[in-house]
Amino acid sequence: MSSFDETPDDREPVERSKDVTAVAPDFDAVHVVDVSRHFGRRRALSRINLMFRSGDIVGLLGPNGAGKSTLISVLATLGRPSSGDVRYGDRTATQLGPALRRRLGLLAHELFLYPELSARQNLTFFAELYGLNARTVVEPALERAGLCDRADDEVSGFSRGMRQRLALERALLHGPRLVLFDEPFTGLDDRAVGIVSNRLRALAAAGAIVVVATHDLDMADGLVSRIALIREGRLLADEPAASGLRARYRGVVGGA
Amino acid sequence: MFARTALLVLRKDFAIEVKSREILYTTLLFAVSCVLVFSIAFVKEGEPLEDAAAGILWIAIEFAGTLALGRTFERERYAETLRALLLAPAPRAAVYVGKMLGILVLLAVVELLLVPIVALLFHAPLFAQPFLLVVLLAVGTIGFSAVGALFAAMLVRARSRDVMLPILLYPMTVPVMIAGVRGTSALLQSPADTPMAVMWIGMLAALDVVFITLALWAFEPVMTE
Amino acid sequence: MRKAFVPLLVIAGAMFAYAPVMIAQAPFESTMGLVQKIFYYHAPSGMIMLLAALVCGVSSAVYLWGRKPGADHVAIASAELTALFGAIVMATGPLWAKKAWGIWWDWDPRLTMSFVGWMISLAYLFVRKYAGPGSDKLAAALAVFGSANVPFIYISVNVWRTMHPKTSVVPKLPPLMAGPFWFSFTALFLLFLLLMTARIHLEQQRAALDQMYLAEED
Repeated sequence: MSSFDETPDDREPVERSKDVTAVAPDFDAVHVVDVSRHFGRRRALSRINLMFRSGDIVGLLGPNGAGKSTLISVLATLGRPSSGDVRYGDRTATQLGPALRRRLGLLAHELFLYPELSARQNLTFFAELYGLNARTVVEPALERAGLCDRADDEVSGFSRGMRQRLALERALLHGPRLVLFDEPFTGLDDRAVGIVSNRLRALAAAGAIVVVATHDLDMADGLVSRIALIREGRLLADEPAASGLRARYRGVVGGA
Repeated sequence: MFARTALLVLRKDFAIEVKSREILYTTLLFAVSCVLVFSIAFVKEGEPLEDAAAGILWIAIEFAGTLALGRTFERERYAETLRALLLAPAPRAAVYVGKMLGILVLLAVVELLLVPIVALLFHAPLFAQPFLLVVLLAVGTIGFSAVGALFAAMLVRARSRDVMLPILLYPMTVPVMIAGVRGTSALLQSPADTPMAVMWIGMLAALDVVFITLALWAFEPVMTE
Repeated sequence: MRKAFVPLLVIAGAMFAYAPVMIAQAPFESTMGLVQKIFYYHAPSGMIMLLAALVCGVSSAVYLWGRKPGADHVAIASAELTALFGAIVMATGPLWAKKAWGIWWDWDPRLTMSFVGWMISLAYLFVRKYAGPGSDKLAAALAVFGSANVPFIYISVNVWRTMHPKTSVVPKLPPLMAGPFWFSFTALFLLFLLLMTARIHLEQQRAALDQMYLAEED
């Protein structure tokens, strides 16, 4: 397994600051084992069993409120399942400790950007938080986001598309192994959607495990290699993606 | 990684605050307004009540601190950046320490302004024992910040959070207030009752240790959904 | 506890019925007359409030770090009873104080500690009711901090002021007063146990109901 110190499309090794965490545990498969999550009597997730492999682009599909975001939270170690657990490689998050998070990247609907700071300051902060050498990673990231000329402007002045591009780079800065996207396509124009899709493909090609939760079937079609269909917390199907995604979705999950 | 993360969070908050200085200025103004309101309430025949200075100083710190806590964490709520901080590859308690230090620094600046103002308005000899006063303010503010940062973080995703924070914080910081006010009063006497003040400082130091330890343990379980 | 519930309930009921008789027969205290007899409600309630607060603190710690749902049931039950017995203490105390000391309230260690402890228990209940999702863990953290606070409040107010009878009055009660006192204490303690059992049972039923809802969907 190639060392995941490389940013996915640059193939340039990312220099680390000297006092970064010890070797961050790496893995090439993620197992969701019998995961359930309930809030009182509301079941958010019901005995989900899934396996993701390096190179997969998994589409987590389902209507609103199906439990996609909850599953993403659990995968990101931001939430704990009521029962069952998630194994990264062959160990759980508790066993792996905080270093595991070096290998996780999350981009949710909320963009995790500080509006009062500039694009460069945001990226620098998160780079240093992950123990990266800001000087080497921030500039390329700004270029990829197409924000070099606005790098020192406050994020609060950015358009939605610009923020999305910046948020994307921020989430991928540390070259995570497990990339979690929760509704990444909301509010993006065609060109932006294309950019994000290409990026996801490149990540998977470089060995990342990409999980995309979305209710936008058109975007998912042609992008994902596997689909996991969820409704009301239950996993209805888990299979390789084929043509006719929408028809398959309708058939399994039901209309609308 | 722990100390590094905490300091990064602190530096980030500092960078944000330095740009607009919004929370700093408004908290300062609020604290001074507090002092004004209380002074008017406690003035008798044109003369400030004795012993009012100590109480009013600490009340202003507590009220201003509660507001500042709410607004600092409101910033982390805006783009859910608190979640991003929890995703950092460091023990999550480091995020707590960074936030606590941030509030501590902010309140230190507020106190720098507040002490002279209170001394002026109440003819209180607050500068008679400067060293002890600084130490007293420091341990008291640390105790307040330690509990405050934890509760404010806990409440970021809760409902009714703006009124919940005072409801939780005020009873919890009663010993801080008692020790702070009594210690300050002791220092204001002439001659200053130094042994008593030192006793209160000692108690606050012990309290700080207990609170910070509990908070470091509790932060991760409480912030995991 | 379940099987003993009804017999104990009967016993408690009988004790409560008989208690006024015992209290009426107890000798009058020299200076205060009838009002002193509030002591038979007030002091035991205070002791039980403290016990309930301790139980809440411990079970909250177990819930927060051990994540045992049973601990959460105990925590909420004991928090409610802290609030209840605290209300009794806060109501009866001033009535006694006015007659005994001439003032309704004083900021001595025990009063302040009780008042703050009572407020924290009320805050706990508010958090559980109004704070939305995650309120169980918030409240647990509150209870843990609240319990840790108690010794400090006590110490700090002790150095501050003292008017409440410093030495504990209870061990030195004359036998004719000790009888009704411990009788009242036992009755109230039984009440506490019964209420705890009933409340925990309610929580357990609620959890079981949730489980059934969840299972039904499978």
